[in-house]
Amino acid sequence: MIRRQFDFEKKYQDFMSKLDQLKDEAQGMDFDLQKELVELEARMSGIREEKYQNLTAWEKVLLSRHPERPGTNDYIEYLCESWVELHGDRQFADDQAIVGGIGIFQGQPVTIVGHRKGKNTRDNVRCNFGMPQPEGYRKVYRLLRQAEKFNRPVITFIDTPGAYPGIGAEERGQAWAISKLLMTLSSLRAPIIAIVIGEGGSGGALALAVGDRLFMLSNAVFSVASPEACASILWKTPEKAEEMAEALKITANDLLNLRIIDGIIAEPIGGANQDFEMTASQIRMTLERELHNLVKQDIDGLLQERRQRLRKLGQHFVQEVK
Amino acid sequence: MFKNPLGKKKYIEINVSREELMHDVAFPGKYTCSACSSSMSEDELLVNNWVCPRCNFHFALTARERILALCEEDSFEEFNGGLSSTNILGFPGYEEKLARGQQETGFNESVITGLAKIGGYKTVLGIMESRFMMASMGVVAGEKICQAAEMAIKEKYPLIMVAASGGARMQEGMVSLMQMTRTSMVIGELHAQGILFISILTNPTTGGVLASFASLADIIIAEPGALIGFAGPRVIQQTIKQQMPERFQRSEFLLEHGMVDMVVERANLKETLGSLLTIHVGGK
Repeated sequence: MIRRQFDFEKKYQDFMSKLDQLKDEAQGMDFDLQKELVELEARMSGIREEKYQNLTAWEKVLLSRHPERPGTNDYIEYLCESWVELHGDRQFADDQAIVGGIGIFQGQPVTIVGHRKGKNTRDNVRCNFGMPQPEGYRKVYRLLRQAEKFNRPVITFIDTPGAYPGIGAEERGQAWAISKLLMTLSSLRAPIIAIVIGEGGSGGALALAVGDRLFMLSNAVFSVASPEACASILWKTPEKAEEMAEALKITANDLLNLRIIDGIIAEPIGGANQDFEMTASQIRMTLERELHNLVKQDIDGLLQERRQRLRKLGQHFVQEVK
Repeated sequence: MFKNPLGKKKYIEINVSREELMHDVAFPGKYTCSACSSSMSEDELLVNNWVCPRCNFHFALTARERILALCEEDSFEEFNGGLSSTNILGFPGYEEKLARGQQETGFNESVITGLAKIGGYKTVLGIMESRFMMASMGVVAGEKICQAAEMAIKEKYPLIMVAASGGARMQEGMVSLMQMTRTSMVIGELHAQGILFISILTNPTTGGVLASFASLADIIIAEPGALIGFAGPRVIQQTIKQQMPERFQRSEFLLEHGMVDMVVERANLKETLGSLLTIHVGGK
């Protein structure tokens, strides 16, 4: 059986609350156990720290999908001094699976777009669990062109299981909407910073992950297709998803080694869902630093660098045989 | 740098391992169409461009057959034929799959690119070989497509891509997904330089190939009955648990929904390309 839930944190919390109870009880005793209990507490937090530093790929998949993991809206709220959400693709609909708009970050006007999964069941359904339809990608396209017009840097947040596999999505050209975004982002005349904050699922995630910089939160994953899907296609059983997660090299560390991402934004021990403030402040620091570097660069030089960066993706793996 | 894999051969190889065709058990030497179950001879299939004479089902062409069907005689000069993939991620069983693909097709990768003359015009032609790991796009396929587009820009030749693919190559993980970005970017540059790009979608063109370069052409042609879509029909079925509309994700369905410019029978493809090239290249 594959593990469907990341339950380490719950076990840890349960243990710690029992330990607190024990400490209380020990106080009324005629013998002194405080030293042992404090040692136990320290040992347990050591175990926790070690656990989080050595999460398996599958544990990161579960953590990246954690229902309490902060999403695009949380970060927008934290980062922006002012924020106005903009709606719709001007063609068909306003896709709730993608949020987009304009705001001010550290005094700098920015355009922000990102996947939105929703906070509770009703929200999840409204946002289609973060799986965009073509309209979502077309909304992003519209906002990108707008950002270009007003010389606004673009920030994207990636957090989706993938583009929605549905009849309507196919009828209205899901593939066309995604390829257009890939082409547009690769030559957009505005600085772009992309951050994978949770689940980076396939082409539907990639559509927002093209730019001058690509970062990942340390527990985020980014995968060519979900480990479950890959396992059922290649190994004929979704039950081997854990093994597949390992084989696909989907963690931030793996992708940094493969030179696909530019850096990792560290999450606190326990993950983003345990300490939002800490995670968000790390994101703010990264954005501050990178935006500062990008906005002062001449746009033609920036585009040249972006081109070289994207053109090289994976190129060092190409070999010539005779 | 240039080699001609076709040499001076002018015959078509019969490839009986073609998946949609089965040996007719009752009549040795005859084949059965898996779409309509009618029986036919090799000769019949050959003169009919590998299209079922009864039900018009378009069987997959090998890259060699496609070259012969589209290009002027001996005009195809392959480039980058020596580029080949390695097991980047150390993915279990990948080397064996690559070796089998190479053995079955005689090519090093799933995309074959070269210079070709079509309808009297010099073009850059790229063809995806579906027998090579479902013509999935890994880093080498991505690189070859990028270089084909760059060649088209440099020489100012039109680019023609015959797509057929299961999508990104899972065995190369995220490195393969990133090929969507690279190929889309280079096609963007081609458009900025005013170079014509024609995309021909054949059965099946799905996933990461459709959602990148294949759908970014000036003109998109589909072969009749081809499966064309972002998500596979099985995935959609599992997600929505409903009956699919008739001919869902087939060429004609996409034409109806405005996603492709035309559906062209294989027999007319060369002529159609000729007219399109004349309007763009030869028009005064």
